[in-house]
Amino acid sequence: MSTWGEFLKANWQDIVRLIGEHLVLVLISTSIAVAIGIPLGILLTRRPSLRAPVLGLANVMQTVPSLALFGFLIPLPFIGGIGARTAIVALVLYALLPVIRNTVTGILGVDHNVREAAVAMGMTDRQILFQVELPLAMSVILTGVRVAVVISVGVATIAAAVGAGGLGTYIFRGLRQYDNHLLLAGAVPAALMALAADFGLGLLEKHFDTSARRVEKKKGTFARALAWGLLALVLLGGGYAVWSGARSSSSNGTGSGGRVVVGSKDFTESVLLAEIYAQMLEARGVEVVRQFELAGNVPHEALTSGRIDCYPEYTGTSYMAILKHPLNTDARTVYETVRRDYAEKFNVEVSPSLGFENTFAILVRGGDARRFNLKTISDAVPFAKNWTAGFGQDFMSRADGYPGFARTYNLQFASAPREMDLSLTYRALADGQVDMIAGNSTDGLISALDLFQLADDRHYFPPYEAVILIRQDTLARVPVAREVLRLLDGKLSTEEMRRLNYEVDGKHRDKRDVAREWIAKTVTSDK
Amino acid sequence: MSSLEQSNASPLVEFRNVSYGVPEMSTLIVSGLNLSVQQGETLVLLGESGCGKTTTLRLVNRLLMPTAGDVLVEGKRTSEWDAISLRRRTGYVIQEAGLFPHFTVERNVALVPTLENWERERVRERVSELLQLVGLNPDVFAGRYPRELSGGQRQRVGVARALAAEPQLLLMDEPFGALDPLTRASLQKEFGELSKRLGKTVIFVTHDVREALMLGTRIALMDAGRLVLLKTPEEFLRANEEHARAYIETLRLDGIEKLTTKDTEDAEEIK
Repeated sequence: MSTWGEFLKANWQDIVRLIGEHLVLVLISTSIAVAIGIPLGILLTRRPSLRAPVLGLANVMQTVPSLALFGFLIPLPFIGGIGARTAIVALVLYALLPVIRNTVTGILGVDHNVREAAVAMGMTDRQILFQVELPLAMSVILTGVRVAVVISVGVATIAAAVGAGGLGTYIFRGLRQYDNHLLLAGAVPAALMALAADFGLGLLEKHFDTSARRVEKKKGTFARALAWGLLALVLLGGGYAVWSGARSSSSNGTGSGGRVVVGSKDFTESVLLAEIYAQMLEARGVEVVRQFELAGNVPHEALTSGRIDCYPEYTGTSYMAILKHPLNTDARTVYETVRRDYAEKFNVEVSPSLGFENTFAILVRGGDARRFNLKTISDAVPFAKNWTAGFGQDFMSRADGYPGFARTYNLQFASAPREMDLSLTYRALADGQVDMIAGNSTDGLISALDLFQLADDRHYFPPYEAVILIRQDTLARVPVAREVLRLLDGKLSTEEMRRLNYEVDGKHRDKRDVAREWIAKTVTSDK
Repeated sequence: MSSLEQSNASPLVEFRNVSYGVPEMSTLIVSGLNLSVQQGETLVLLGESGCGKTTTLRLVNRLLMPTAGDVLVEGKRTSEWDAISLRRRTGYVIQEAGLFPHFTVERNVALVPTLENWERERVRERVSELLQLVGLNPDVFAGRYPRELSGGQRQRVGVARALAAEPQLLLMDEPFGALDPLTRASLQKEFGELSKRLGKTVIFVTHDVREALMLGTRIALMDAGRLVLLKTPEEFLRANEEHARAYIETLRLDGIEKLTTKDTEDAEEIK
């Protein structure tokens, strides 16, 4: 394991880029939220009948869990899709409420006597708004902006799930790979950014607070200088990020019709498969855009709406989670059904199996397996009544997940299974916080953490053959894409996949290097 | 009606059968009011809270519009006036002064002249003149913010702001009501002299009969939205009407027997 120093030395440019992306997301979205929210708030003070419905709607927006909101946005035209635009739309929706609400509260909170005096002195509505109401409400409005910025810094970490980049990229990756360096390199700058925004805008707010206004000019100018300095710093950082972003996107160019957008799910194996496919396409002169690490249902939505051209998937997932077919344990039937349905429903082609299955692996600690002589899931049933299980959200809710699993094996645990993030369950098991988890059979951590996979002796779990889903129009446009799929047919065994995963998760090696080595070793024509 | 009525001059403000009500209330807030305010007089609207005196005042500068009848200012209906120009030529002072907390004293006083685009130098001179007029040293107070002033000083600034654009008419809604008794007494005295000296027409709202007797050239007593009595202070003290007697009783209860307008100041001091 490398030290902090080495990690930072190797990745500082990447970290700076992610901070820049994060800042851009936050800056653009809060700017839009302010540009919409303040005028809307002013309007609401003039039209009391609109106040309840608009504030109610903004309130509801904020209660929608962020990942769910991103999910809703993906299939929408113009504002949806994957990437920064969707993230910005979602961030704006979150940031609106505090801005609107504080504008309304601030303006309505202006002393009644002051307002009456302003009217009676013969000020016009516009003069009252700009000379009296807004200046007096400014500190309250700025509090709203401050809250909006802090919320945005936080929510923007989740934006990485829809491929918008930012510090969330490191946080998600760190969680999946159980890499504290990545986790901290994502979380610490995000936290510092939130604190800095809170502090900087707090100073600005104090500057506008009329109740605190005093003759102490000296202190005022210092605070003002500090606030402006911070603002300048933020703008500079944002500008740099936009500039470097523009540079990298222009270097991508538009190219011929040979451009393929390769997507992946948000875990190591999916990224590795996507990277392998991407590199092999590039080796044949195809221009590739990588949209990796998309969360949950996002890759499917992105594929069917044409935002990406292809991504690695598992037949069992397609069969049950997407096509909603009932449980089926016959690999042939599942594959053929998926192939036929995808062609009919989505105009998407299913590649031949890549050669391995990534099924749910019911895992226990290697020590327990040896001590109790556990080989199959049935062997573990008598012990389970003293155990706690920890399962990912996915496993708890899927048709082929926990409820059917517990029924099939007549499993009973000491308490209800703990529902947690999949990537955290391995470590929780190894640390003894839970006693059984449902991991992925190809996960590199299984051997790294000395975990043992119990055999599915009652054949509960359906087949999860790895395939690549690709749009038919892409295949027509880029014929070489089909050729590469043929080269990959059956090339990856479960052991091989577990090893590749471990190279990345266990040894913290770069996915691109691991993919390149595997291609060079395995695919004869690419040597 | 009264001996002070100046029949030759046209009234500056005239209420003609004015009523005001809101849909939420079954009774009228102001009902069938007929009243003329002459040039240069100080008409006091006296009454308990909720009697409609403040509403009456707000009808003059079109903060409210009558639901029936007409309010005339300088012979013109308020509905025919441009609200903004009507308000800019009418001074207005309210209880808590309503100074802008984010403006210095100077900018507060300069408000209407600035809105009227006076030249900067003229505004500055006017502010300095007005601050001296209300007993505040411009060198000390011009740069201060309202929160750095005492209640009495704020009210003085409020008066200066109302006088800034040299209005003929001043509307005052219990301007001294929130002040402590000593400050109130000295401000009442100074303001009485000031308004006499400047020859302004004043409509003054109060529930304090002593203030009414001291400052008013005429007292209009209101009850439940109606004008019930209109008399000079001397006539008011001798009045036999029930409403007036009740107010005069309150003075007797305070142990102040022989009250004339001149004595009121001293009575305040003693208290």
